[in-house]
Amino acid sequence: MRIRRKVSMVVLMLFVLSIVAGCSQGGDNGSAQQGDTIKVGINTELSGAVASYGTNAANGALLAIEEINAAGGVLGKQLEPLQRDCKSVADEAMSVSAALVGEGIVAQIGPLTSGNVAGSTRVMMENQIPLLAPAATAVNVTVDEKTNKVRDFIFRVCYLDSDQGRRMANFALEDLGVKTAAIYGSTSDDYATGLAKYFKEEFTSKGGTIVAEEGFVNGDKDFRATLTKIKNANPEFIYVPGYYTEVAVLIKQAREMGITCPIGGGDGWDSPDMVSVAGAEALNNTFFTNHYSVEDPDPAIQKFVEAYKAKYNKLPDSFAALGYDAARLLADAIERAGEADPIKIKEALEATKDFPGITGKMSMDENHNPVKNIVVIEYKDGNLISR
Amino acid sequence: MQKTRHIKPVRFIVEVGILVVIFTLVQYLISAGLLNQYYQINLASICINIILAVSLNLINGFTGQLSLGHAGFMAVGAYASVIMTNYMELPFIVGIAAACLAAALAGFIIGVPTLRLRGDYLAIATLGFGEIIRVVLQNIDYVGGPAGIMGISKMTTWPWLFASVVVTLVVIVNLINSSYGRAIISVREDEIAAELMGVNTTKYKVLAFVVGAMFAGLAGALYAHYFYIIKPETFNFLKSFDILVMVVLGGLGSTTGAVIAAIFITVLTAALQSFPAIRMILYAVILIMVMIYRPQGLMGNRELGRRTFGKVFGSLWGEEK
Amino acid sequence: MQEFLQQMVNGLSLGAIYALIALGYTMVYGIIMLINFAHGDIMMVGAYIGFFAVAVLGTNIFVAMALAMVTCAVLGVVIEKVAYKPLRNSTRIAALITAIGVSLFLEYTTIFFLTPNQRVYPAEAFPVTNYHVMGLTLSSKDIFVFVSAVVLMIILQYIIKRTKTGKAMRAVSLDKEAAMLMGINVDKTISITFAIGSALAAAAGVMMGIYYNSINPLMGIIPGLKAFVAAVLGGIGIVPGAMVGGFVMGILETLVSGYGSSLYRDAVAFGVLIIILLIKPTGLFGKNTGEKV
Repeated sequence: MRIRRKVSMVVLMLFVLSIVAGCSQGGDNGSAQQGDTIKVGINTELSGAVASYGTNAANGALLAIEEINAAGGVLGKQLEPLQRDCKSVADEAMSVSAALVGEGIVAQIGPLTSGNVAGSTRVMMENQIPLLAPAATAVNVTVDEKTNKVRDFIFRVCYLDSDQGRRMANFALEDLGVKTAAIYGSTSDDYATGLAKYFKEEFTSKGGTIVAEEGFVNGDKDFRATLTKIKNANPEFIYVPGYYTEVAVLIKQAREMGITCPIGGGDGWDSPDMVSVAGAEALNNTFFTNHYSVEDPDPAIQKFVEAYKAKYNKLPDSFAALGYDAARLLADAIERAGEADPIKIKEALEATKDFPGITGKMSMDENHNPVKNIVVIEYKDGNLISR
Repeated sequence: MQKTRHIKPVRFIVEVGILVVIFTLVQYLISAGLLNQYYQINLASICINIILAVSLNLINGFTGQLSLGHAGFMAVGAYASVIMTNYMELPFIVGIAAACLAAALAGFIIGVPTLRLRGDYLAIATLGFGEIIRVVLQNIDYVGGPAGIMGISKMTTWPWLFASVVVTLVVIVNLINSSYGRAIISVREDEIAAELMGVNTTKYKVLAFVVGAMFAGLAGALYAHYFYIIKPETFNFLKSFDILVMVVLGGLGSTTGAVIAAIFITVLTAALQSFPAIRMILYAVILIMVMIYRPQGLMGNRELGRRTFGKVFGSLWGEEK
Repeated sequence: MQEFLQQMVNGLSLGAIYALIALGYTMVYGIIMLINFAHGDIMMVGAYIGFFAVAVLGTNIFVAMALAMVTCAVLGVVIEKVAYKPLRNSTRIAALITAIGVSLFLEYTTIFFLTPNQRVYPAEAFPVTNYHVMGLTLSSKDIFVFVSAVVLMIILQYIIKRTKTGKAMRAVSLDKEAAMLMGINVDKTISITFAIGSALAAAAGVMMGIYYNSINPLMGIIPGLKAFVAAVLGGIGIVPGAMVGGFVMGILETLVSGYGSSLYRDAVAFGVLIIILLIKPTGLFGKNTGEKV
């Protein structure tokens, strides 16, 4: 009994300690320029439902920061990444941002999903510190839909849903010459639903017909029931917006069931796991819109792919590439701003022109969206062919 | 309601006085800019979690009905309030009222059929309803589908948070201390004996369920108007588990325990943000350790500062059969 | 009709996996009345062990499965001894919270060591051939999953019904005290139950790995929840109930996605569960024991 009591005291002590740790964290308001490092917040999803996206993007960003520091840093100072976990929920993202702001960051990279970025948004806006979202694709991340005003301090380095959805619709109609399509996308996130929406809009407005519209939930592993249904609707093309975690399995099952028509998707497909899960053969006749191809011989891309592989023992996916670009774009902006001041950085980010990112050359438009090329990539026997 | 509680006037004044002091102090700290944003956000989380934990404790702790669908009611409240404020542009108070009403109604609709079930069957049924609410919300385009609603105006301020916590505590503590409360507790202690003594057990179970759901709705409204965005995924069954953890950690059937645990968990979660790699492992270990060494929760079923609550009830899940 | 039959094939192999996981839930529940929320995560660990056996050690799939089952059996026993045993006499809800804690612990320890990224079962681990029977597509995976699930269930039934250990398990689940008085080693019996349940989960994990190719540290949550629903559907604590519940769940989900809207699949699964509970509050196979005072 006595031992028990002692142990429970220890547990309670643990609690108290963690509280103290929590309290010591938030203080120290706005000391951005002091010290000889430039603090950059990395607020991504390291646990919870989308932990893998957040981890990869953070890895990409950390790799970029490491490289920049090795090359002498920015403005003669080293970048100091402060990495935090937002648990894949919006309220946590907000609290993390506030903590980071308290620690004097000049900018924040992340979170990944539009919803979690929205959680961070208010804190960043109120404190006037720029946020670079690597992969938040919803339109209203950077623009307030009600007032049509740009959210001053929020930027993204990925495309909008609308661009990708339309691009694939046109590609299907013109290059593949199909007339009917089925949509079978993820319904758990706004990224995939956005893609589906704009694909449908563009496809039908240009004379195509949508013969079936279905959805799955992230984490699903079994798609055969719905695929059986889609097979019977006999579409010439299937649009599958979603992330590779589900899509790879989906395509594999589709091919196993004898669905041979072309299948298309968005940049969420980009991952080395696509080929290993689905198999090279199943992926033939599939296409996705993307920023770049890991097999692109461009030396900058190859250097990134090699460095990432050396550090994390894995090929990068699109999150990693976008995280990498976000950090590099930020460093570039700080350099151009001439000092590590959040407002000047924001202005520099707005003025971004032809920044040579891994994921394409980007310029910021007036809505803080990067203007960059969309390539359509085809899988051919496990290789990525740019179309 | 019978007047059985002996309110000592002095004590009452002191209690109200303490509340006023706390409120003014924090309000001062906020307006003077002494409490930075990080603390303010965590304060809001603490208040919201207190409401959630105390209201779930009414269902799980005092009534003894294991409910795993609390996040569902929170979702109903959050969405109802946002429809009022964001879509209809009505004042926040209307949003809160709508949230409470909608959640209470949901609690009633779900409670009446499911509360006939017992123990783990009830648990899974409530969990199921919570998930159904989430899936349904995910499929309604009017409220944004899976993306949810973004850009909700910030209306939850410290006065709202404070008032909500106080109202929740006052209503629930008084409910428990009333004759209704004794009936509710009798259901937990021994449903059959209670029935034999003439207690309409179904009625009291539903009552506790509806009141609990209503306050979860209130918490949802406060949450939505503080954290800017709501989406169905936020209110999945893991969120219900989080709330349950607070209740059990505090001690089933202890309101003060629920309050303390809500504060502990929120602060702990915030503190662990800086250890991203081992955060959830630490959280899990602490959870297991506390349960092993203090299975009755931090407070057991006692209340802080109130002896009268003490010895009445034994453990509740241990002695079914 | 053909489509319907194809959907049934799809549903049966999904159901077989659910049933295997549900069995572990139900056995543990039957013996210590604990909803072991960590069960889905034990399945995940099993999937990982199978993965490493195949991808790193290069064993064949049956060896991998056996290895996963043995390791997870040990893991299950360790978890029971460390986390659940101290709570055997305290409230059940405390044990439930501990189970949630164990579940988080398994998930995030795996993430810590192996990153949250998914892993891919090597294609050579299980060569796939498709058979076309009467217009239906049957893959060797379907057959493998279904057959091995059924074999494991038959072995389980044999253990429970025909062996001394099984008798002890049944006795303990009926009345722990009486069993103890009869000279049954209750602790040992509970350990064995955990071992068997965890081994079945591990087998299900390896099957999921083969079936869907990719595994990740959070893969256990959703199937775990669904298997739990399946167990309750069949009447929790009743072994044949879990099997039937698993298959019902699998077929039901497939039919809803196939003929209704896949968007409502999870809602329908829970909806049916609730309706069944309301009609028969102890599940399909549950005995109405009445109230003991």
